[in-house]
Amino acid sequence: MPDLLLELFSEEMPARMQRQAAEDLKRLITNALVDRNLAYEGAQAFVTPRRLALHVVGLPAAQPTLREARKGPRVGAPEAAVQGFLKSAGLARIEDATIENDPKKGAFYVATIERPGRTTSEAVAEIVPAVVRAFPWPKSMRWGEASVRPDALRWVRPLRGILCTLATPHDAAEVVPFAVDGIESGQFTRGHRFLAPAPIDVRRYDDYVDALMKAKVVLDADRRKAIIAEDAKSLAFAQGLELVEDEGLLEEVAGLVEWPVVLMGEFEADYLNIPPEVVRATIRANQKCFVLRDADGRLANRFILVSNLIASDGGAAIAAGNARVVRARLSDARHFWLTDLHDLPDYKDKSEKPLDQRLAKLEALEIVFHEKLGTQAERIERIETLAREIAPLVGADVALAARAARLAKADLVTEMVGEFPELQGLMGRYYATHQGEEASVADAIEEHYKPQGPNDRIPASPVSIAVALADKLDTLGGFWAIDEKPTGSKDPYALRRAALGVIRIVLENGLRLPLTGPLGAAVWGALLDVEFAREDEAGAVVHSLEKRGFPKGPELDEIVGAVSRAARRAQVPDDARLAAITRSLLDFFADRLKVYLRDKGARHDLIDAVYALPGQDDLLMVVWRVEALGRLLDTEDGRNLLAGYRRAANILRAEEKRDGAGAFAGVHDPAKLALPAERDLADALAAAGAAARERAGREDFEGAMRALAGLRPPVDAFFLDVTVNADDPALRLNRLRLLGELREAVHAVADFSKVAG
Amino acid sequence: MPPADSSLDPTKSFQGLILTLQTFWARQGCLILQPYDMEVGAGTFHPATTLRSLGPKPWRAAYVQPSRRPKDGRYGENPNRLQHYYQYQVILKPSPENLQDLYLESLRAIGVDMGLHDVRFVEDDWESPTLGAWGLGWECWCDGMEVSQFTYFQQVAGFECAPVSGELTYGLERLAMYVQGVENVYDLNFNGREGEARVSYGDVFKQAEQEYSRFNFEHADTAILFQHFKDAEAECRSLLERGAGGERHLMALPAYDQCIKASHAFNLLDARGVISVTERQSYILRVRELAKACGAAWLKTAGGGA
Repeated sequence: MPDLLLELFSEEMPARMQRQAAEDLKRLITNALVDRNLAYEGAQAFVTPRRLALHVVGLPAAQPTLREARKGPRVGAPEAAVQGFLKSAGLARIEDATIENDPKKGAFYVATIERPGRTTSEAVAEIVPAVVRAFPWPKSMRWGEASVRPDALRWVRPLRGILCTLATPHDAAEVVPFAVDGIESGQFTRGHRFLAPAPIDVRRYDDYVDALMKAKVVLDADRRKAIIAEDAKSLAFAQGLELVEDEGLLEEVAGLVEWPVVLMGEFEADYLNIPPEVVRATIRANQKCFVLRDADGRLANRFILVSNLIASDGGAAIAAGNARVVRARLSDARHFWLTDLHDLPDYKDKSEKPLDQRLAKLEALEIVFHEKLGTQAERIERIETLAREIAPLVGADVALAARAARLAKADLVTEMVGEFPELQGLMGRYYATHQGEEASVADAIEEHYKPQGPNDRIPASPVSIAVALADKLDTLGGFWAIDEKPTGSKDPYALRRAALGVIRIVLENGLRLPLTGPLGAAVWGALLDVEFAREDEAGAVVHSLEKRGFPKGPELDEIVGAVSRAARRAQVPDDARLAAITRSLLDFFADRLKVYLRDKGARHDLIDAVYALPGQDDLLMVVWRVEALGRLLDTEDGRNLLAGYRRAANILRAEEKRDGAGAFAGVHDPAKLALPAERDLADALAAAGAAARERAGREDFEGAMRALAGLRPPVDAFFLDVTVNADDPALRLNRLRLLGELREAVHAVADFSKVAG
Repeated sequence: MPPADSSLDPTKSFQGLILTLQTFWARQGCLILQPYDMEVGAGTFHPATTLRSLGPKPWRAAYVQPSRRPKDGRYGENPNRLQHYYQYQVILKPSPENLQDLYLESLRAIGVDMGLHDVRFVEDDWESPTLGAWGLGWECWCDGMEVSQFTYFQQVAGFECAPVSGELTYGLERLAMYVQGVENVYDLNFNGREGEARVSYGDVFKQAEQEYSRFNFEHADTAILFQHFKDAEAECRSLLERGAGGERHLMALPAYDQCIKASHAFNLLDARGVISVTERQSYILRVRELAKACGAAWLKTAGGGA
């Protein structure tokens, strides 16, 4: 029972891809073995920065011999048929075939064809190159001279060697011979890049692991992780410190070393005056080092680094070098932090507060937010106006929401955010707190960006909600105003994410917030700024001409006139345009809400049924209606009501085709109700319709649906007893009107025609 | 053996480091070129890399490229950041089998002891959005400090590289700080002399850093820069158009110069903080379109293998 050992040796693979690659290698090779009838007992994959390895144990020496019985002609068939059979079955004489008897068909020939399996080595030599060529790397590359060919081998980084052997325990071991794009398989590997660079002759797995260990390579990633975690903890412990555990970082650094050597570095304690998030972000993101905390849980001025070398000086130079880099980075960070906390020289006269000075700078710089949407400063104005409008709707203090909106973007011109853009918002919070802003204002500055993705936390306090909504609605309103909507896979301004953010904030906080008002306000604000931006453009042209010495006079006036006319050619904002854009944006919200609810498992058709009702701009109401409708349709009465509704709607549709739309729009005449079933339905409709409308009116959708469900018996009875298309036209009209009223009553809660199934 | 003269010693002088690398790569068959005479953000912008990495012709070159990153200016006050610094650029097309080993040898040549220092290849997928270029490779770490960038070019100016080039970019100041054991870039010994004759990096560049920081952040006239950008863009397009038409393109190189100019104008505008995050993208895209068009033109020249 031979074991397979495979190693794909390459230049350093990205740490984040290693684990998946090991799993893929195991899955692809073992699947291919099984596909070729090569069952195995076990398989294990390993990965280091430079090698992907696979060990498969308990393989057969060869594929099993396949026997196939092939039916031939009946005994006594014409000679030509017999000869054809002999030829196709590869038999020399008909005597080599056996004869079987079938009760119906009589005796016939059967040939047993044996296909001896190929050796495992042959199969492996076929499998490995195919797997290597089609390996599912998230990103792969070409290299070297071969890269001119379109069919050149692709790998995550240049593939430099392949070790592939089949070894029988306590017996022979052989190389499985093959080549992939010129790289020939063999029996050699290499150890640590610097500590044991010579080729190592390997035949079987046991030798392989031992030899690598001697050559300073720990093959198993989990083993490396365990070594790092353990050594890091004990190093920390020896200093009376505790490791701030970080599984993601641990996984990553284990993929950056073949022989982990854990060391501790130190930096000056006064760097700890910087916010801990900044210290940690600096040390983790830039240096891939772990931070430590002291007994009180505060960050310590030490860090843990993981090197890949047993250095001749015990690691002193490495620790010192890393510390130097960490110090330089922290020095940068502290410089940013202190600069940001202090007055901004050119803007001291604008305000006494540092963050307000940054805001003044942001305004003064006239940073363009978008060519057509004006500057960041204009955008802040819009967001502030919106926040004021939204605040009372979400229970937030108007003044605080406005203050937070005003300061929310000021940290964009701070040094720290310039350096670590991922800290935007968080730094604003620190700086706001530092200058004595209200806690809710500081919170909102950080949280107004949230949620950033489907799993991000949503803001929950009123001021944060108001600013977060204002920010997102302004973005949406603005890009809608200039007709930059997402199309297909293109959504460069992340507008879908913004809409989803609004949806989550509203729904997860249980907010009643009809969107038409705030959306209209957002669009209107943007339209006005678009208009101003155009005027600015004209102004800028004139200014630039004057600056270049263009003389004042009729020529300049003419140019000014032309530029202004060009600027004016575009539509000016008016109520109709505002309404159309707002409508389109509401439709976009409907689409995004559908996607959101569908992801949560809601039925698509039910969402459509609710959205078909006019004026659906209150997201929470839509969700409640959809839920109530779903529960109604889960009941027997609900399903039957749906069936009755459909019958009514179908008849109406057919008759309306004949008589014209709206032909049966009026109210039925009670005097013309001829049959008891008609009268019953009319009575029930009057009661249920009123109840449904009344309950829907006070948002009791469950109750409204229940009221409708009560219509089921009279509807069923009506269709059983009454001929709608009566010969008497007056009766027909009255009955169709009754059905029209049924349709209308049902539509008070949802458009049942959209319900599928 | 390190040279006895400390003015040539890579561990004692900045110039010695550069000269050692020049000699090392000359021995590997690289043409030793000179810097491109325009303002660029990185050695990659030199046509010896950008354009020569396109097309089928083999190419090996190495050169120092002064690089300008207006945004990185710190008025001469930060020990690690400069708005003007030197990159050492090596381009090998096609990438040789032993490129990693060659790189490590070059580090040994400038005095990095691999028995003492932790050198690592850490994933860094390189991408230049303005050049429409990307490649896979690493940032090379020495004791946690990024000292080089190592890239196998896959695409440049929107074209697949065939064959693939290997590109090495050494951050010379950082590397020199490392081998000289200096914490502040301005303290680097530039010429390897001591006493009166000693010239530091600060002696040469500190004033420039201060002056250019003022220019980059405060005084560069943004209206003029916006105009420069537009002009360079227009000129680039015009040259591309005028040079086209025949079997070969006649003005790929001058057109590419304009692309470089547009890119630098953009970098300055960016440093002046007058381009928002949202707008940034569209400017980058505009430069990329120029780079792509220049790459296409280059492929229709003799140098591009046409």
